[in-house]
Amino acid sequence: MSDFLLEIGLEEVPARMIAGAEAELGRRVQDLLTRERLLAPEARLTTYSTPRRLAVLVEGVLPAQADSEEKLTGPSWKVAFKDGQPTAAAAAFAKKAGVDVSALEKVTTPKGEYVGATVKRRGISAPELLAAELPREVLAIYWAKNMYWRAGKPERFVRPVRWVVALLDCSVVGLEIAGIAAGNLSRGHRVLNGDAPVAIDEAKQYAEKLRAAKVVAGVAERRQMIRKALDAATRTIPGARWREDEPLVETVVHLTEWPTVIVGDFEAEYLALPEEVLVTVMRDHQKYFAVEDANGKLAPHFLAVLNTQTDAEGAAIIRHGNARVLRARFKDARFFWDFDQKTPLASRIENLKHVTFQKELGSYYWKTEQNLAVARELAEAVSEDGISFDKAVLFKAVELAKTDLTTELVKEFTELQGVIGGLYARAQKLGERVALAIYQQYEPASSEDEIPLSAEGQLLGLADRIQTITAMFGIGNAPTGSKDPFALRRAANAVVKILAESELPLTLRDVVDASGAQADTNEQVSAFLRERLHFYLKDVRGFAYDVVNAVLAAGADDVRDAMARAEALTTVRGSEDFAAVSAAFKRIKNILRQAAEKGFALGSPKSVMLAPEAQRLADASAALAPRVAALREQRTYVAALTLIATLRPVVDTFFDKVMVLDPDAAIRGAHLALIDEVLRSFSGIADFSEIVTA
Amino acid sequence: MPSTSASPSVPPSALTFQDLLFRLQGFWAARGCVLQQPYDVEVGAGTMAPETFLRVLGPQPYRVGYAQPSRRPADGRYGENPNRLFKHTQFQLILKPPPVNVQELYLESLEAMGIDLSRHDLKFEEDNWEWPAGGAWGVGWQVMLDGLEITQFTYFQQCGGLDLDPMCAELTYGMERIAAFLQDVDSIYDIVWARDPDTGAAVTYGDVRLAEELQFSVYNFEYADVPRLWDHFNSYEAEAHALLAQAEVLFTREDATAVEKRRFPLLATYELALKCSHLFNLLDARGAISVTERVGVIGRIRALAVGVAKAYAAQQGAAASSS
Repeated sequence: MSDFLLEIGLEEVPARMIAGAEAELGRRVQDLLTRERLLAPEARLTTYSTPRRLAVLVEGVLPAQADSEEKLTGPSWKVAFKDGQPTAAAAAFAKKAGVDVSALEKVTTPKGEYVGATVKRRGISAPELLAAELPREVLAIYWAKNMYWRAGKPERFVRPVRWVVALLDCSVVGLEIAGIAAGNLSRGHRVLNGDAPVAIDEAKQYAEKLRAAKVVAGVAERRQMIRKALDAATRTIPGARWREDEPLVETVVHLTEWPTVIVGDFEAEYLALPEEVLVTVMRDHQKYFAVEDANGKLAPHFLAVLNTQTDAEGAAIIRHGNARVLRARFKDARFFWDFDQKTPLASRIENLKHVTFQKELGSYYWKTEQNLAVARELAEAVSEDGISFDKAVLFKAVELAKTDLTTELVKEFTELQGVIGGLYARAQKLGERVALAIYQQYEPASSEDEIPLSAEGQLLGLADRIQTITAMFGIGNAPTGSKDPFALRRAANAVVKILAESELPLTLRDVVDASGAQADTNEQVSAFLRERLHFYLKDVRGFAYDVVNAVLAAGADDVRDAMARAEALTTVRGSEDFAAVSAAFKRIKNILRQAAEKGFALGSPKSVMLAPEAQRLADASAALAPRVAALREQRTYVAALTLIATLRPVVDTFFDKVMVLDPDAAIRGAHLALIDEVLRSFSGIADFSEIVTA
Repeated sequence: MPSTSASPSVPPSALTFQDLLFRLQGFWAARGCVLQQPYDVEVGAGTMAPETFLRVLGPQPYRVGYAQPSRRPADGRYGENPNRLFKHTQFQLILKPPPVNVQELYLESLEAMGIDLSRHDLKFEEDNWEWPAGGAWGVGWQVMLDGLEITQFTYFQQCGGLDLDPMCAELTYGMERIAAFLQDVDSIYDIVWARDPDTGAAVTYGDVRLAEELQFSVYNFEYADVPRLWDHFNSYEAEAHALLAQAEVLFTREDATAVEKRRFPLLATYELALKCSHLFNLLDARGAISVTERVGVIGRIRALAVGVAKAYAAQQGAAASSS
């Protein structure tokens, strides 16, 4: 058994793509070896990656495939042999199978007698097979964006392949990837090791040889190194902590081969800038970790993860350089902040005419006007229900919400749109509630985020998003399949989430109607929002899919009500009685459908003398219906559902003893009318027939 | 804020702005590059100069470098912002096709500018580039030195809507940034541009360029006459289209001779397209391009740039087949 190493040497791969590609390479190698019967049962597979390489080490590769035998079946015996003599058909089959005609056998199958041949295949050796198959696997790795580099464009890959190491133990596997012949020479760290090749004498020494060349090939190990180094660097500042930021850790893990950390400082005067701006500069623009003091307040330090190791003088130079860049960025931010204050938000509304919202629709000036119209409708709907909020605040916030798009600071830090507007509104003393609503207008950005705190902020968020959704649907930009270039699903998810988690007395219908959409768009958007509500209940709230289906079949307009019904249904669905009632409802639905198909009409239960079991069901149902209706009205759904479950004995007996589709049309009609009544009386909370019972 | 006198903080031993350019030019000249002078029509980036935009088309290998002043009217800050300029200097390098050790050569070029890589932190971070109006894009990196973006490194994949084969490497060094970094000054205007070897007296970037930044910001934002800019735009565009129409006829005519094709003035046509691009940038800085117009105007420039690129590729093809 051997160890197999494959390393693909690349120019720096984008950090965001490395983890996926490393996993895919491992999977492809494992699948290939498994498919080709070259993987020992106890084999171990380890993958590695750095910005300049993807690698996989398999310990436990068989030297060759086992020899195998394959039985082939050819033409029927009668065709192949006439009077015991082989015909042309037999010769052709023998040739195809690679055996002598005399070696053909008779195979008896249920369909008759056929000619058969046993073909022995010699197993292919591991090096031969890897050389033939592996390059294709490597070049098939998925990249979000790739390129070509060789003349004639023979392949596309994320970045040019510069070297390939392929070893079975100590021997090079003679394969070629993108015109590069594999060898045993890798490369070390660009600067710390230089251009000298790094010989890998034996596959399993890979990680160790690279370490000597100042490359830590294992991702988990680099992650741990970075975390420890961040801790150690932070300890030099009394009481300080580095601000945890997992995505940033992952990014720097994939930007380094030999990570170290330096701590740097900036002038405390910049702490006067909003924390949001400081952190965005450090994290998004510079990939620095922010440092906070013991009280969680930002401290005037930063941590930079380097891809090198240097002496004290070098560290001083690098610290100075990074601090210089950061200071320039902060200075810029302060310059933009001061500059922006010369033009208050209110004076920027007109400038929105020059900012495109969507080229077929119009500018953000147009968008603001539309948002205002929607907000007025929503405010109307909400006021009628007596929720207290400040209309003037809402309209002011809607009017100014997009003006920060014209500020220098947002042009510089686009990810802070909304936030900047809110901070400026506060600085310009436009009122705390106006500022807050603007600040939080893009929340929730994802299903994990909180919704805006104030009713005005929630209404602004709803108006802005439903306007976008209906306008985009109106010009044929609805999402299709996996394509959603305008992030309308995210917008709709936010609409649902705000309705679900706020106290606004608004239904999905209210929101769609407020958008003033044309009838057909209104219908499409309503269906789209229902689908998002389904997603919210199932994937965000974690309700079972059948519960969600059952609840939404009974009404999908009032989001919080749907949620309450889903909760109640989840509570009672486990009980035996309820399961039985659910099964009975499913049966009722089926019977009614069959009856309709056969053209059986519903009669009147009062017109005939019912069997006692049927009469008992009619009585129980009639007695229960008003009580259930009352509980439903009060939204005490668990009680209502529990009450419905008490129907079980009478329902069970009914189906045991009564033939629903009685040959007598009058009796049959009465039965059908009865079960239809039962179904309608008790399906207002959920359509129980959707519940999956064991 | 900006100083117009020599920066006492810059040690006399530090390389001046022009020293850095000399070093870079010398480095690449020694590696077989043609050193061109900057193009003398306004461009927003070195990529737009014909030495890049047109030379990358077709199969002919080429290596060229030039320091291109790049004008972006909307980026002007009246000389008040220490980090922003209306006109900055890009050292633009095209390697067609790139050698396999292009990254290593690039690192050597940094060392040629006096950067000791063993005492700096260098990263290649993903940054893809595109110029939609030119139908051009590529993939590559921003090269970060101690947290500062010093170079855009792009593998050019398409230009003028045409696939490049061979593709080429485009290295764009941001000279002001690099100089400010190496001289350790906080304002671009404090960069020492040149130093008198006898007296040691320094001439700063501010001495050389501050007035230009101020006056062009004033012109671009306040004085540029919008109707006349549109007139210029329309007339350059009309002339370019007239030429493209003639090129179309010529290159599809069966009896056109090789000489007729070779002498057709596509290079002049391209200049007209560049004029339009710059006028668009001016109009944009004046806030004169409305939302509905914007996409349309970019489309008009694209039609010219892509039109020239296609005709140029045809012209090159004709030249190759007749020789």
